[in-house]
Amino acid sequence: MKKILVCCSTGLGSSFMIEMNIKKVLNELGIKGIEVSHSDLSSASASGADIFVGTRDIANNLKPLGDTILLNNMIDMNELRDKLTLMLKGKGMI
Amino acid sequence: MLKDLLKRDVIELKVECKDWKEAIRKGTQNLIDKGFIEESYTEAIFESFKENGPYMVIGPGIVLAHARPEDGVNQLCMSLTTLKEGINFGNKTNDPVKLIITFGAIDNKSHLEALSQLMELFMNDNDINKIISSTTKDDVLDIIYKYSK
Repeated sequence: MKKILVCCSTGLGSSFMIEMNIKKVLNELGIKGIEVSHSDLSSASASGADIFVGTRDIANNLKPLGDTILLNNMIDMNELRDKLTLMLKGKGMI
Repeated sequence: MLKDLLKRDVIELKVECKDWKEAIRKGTQNLIDKGFIEESYTEAIFESFKENGPYMVIGPGIVLAHARPEDGVNQLCMSLTTLKEGINFGNKTNDPVKLIITFGAIDNKSHLEALSQLMELFMNDNDINKIISSTTKDDVLDIIYKYSK
């Protein structure tokens, strides 16, 4: 089961909102079987996630953990959709 | 529900301020006066800006000001502040800011429903612009009710 983890500094606001949007995009694309959750940065490395998502400001914390998607604007669905689709295609998940 | 948190007395419109710190204080002061958060919470938000940069400017013109429950939150709360003039927070993509939503969570779940409703609002440019240009609380409350279903 592939896992996407959304992170933010506090783990209670922005990461949850992005998680909601990712689930919407996966639904739109008809993709099932991918687990999406959110957390703060300190729990990220132990999560075992395949893809990490966050906003640009935490780029340096996320990049060493694995494949990352960095967002400029967390409420922009188009940016998320484009970047997520690209990443999933690259991993052969769609 | 969003409308249970964003009530009339936590909404302030067309507020004047000189810089981003004063703008954040306007958002937190209301909640501090009501005892929902402590003075330390404002400082924690400033700390976060210092360490993480202006990531709380989550979309064009909008700041979602928050810190962690242990930074001084007494009860789940939210306030809405619009600014008379846009203020720069140092976020090149999303400055200037005209709408500040300040919120305090007490754990990592109770605020999620209200937050997801807030998110739907953030993604609607028309309603965000209406709130920013509103001069009456009733107009703002009408929009908030729309998203509190």
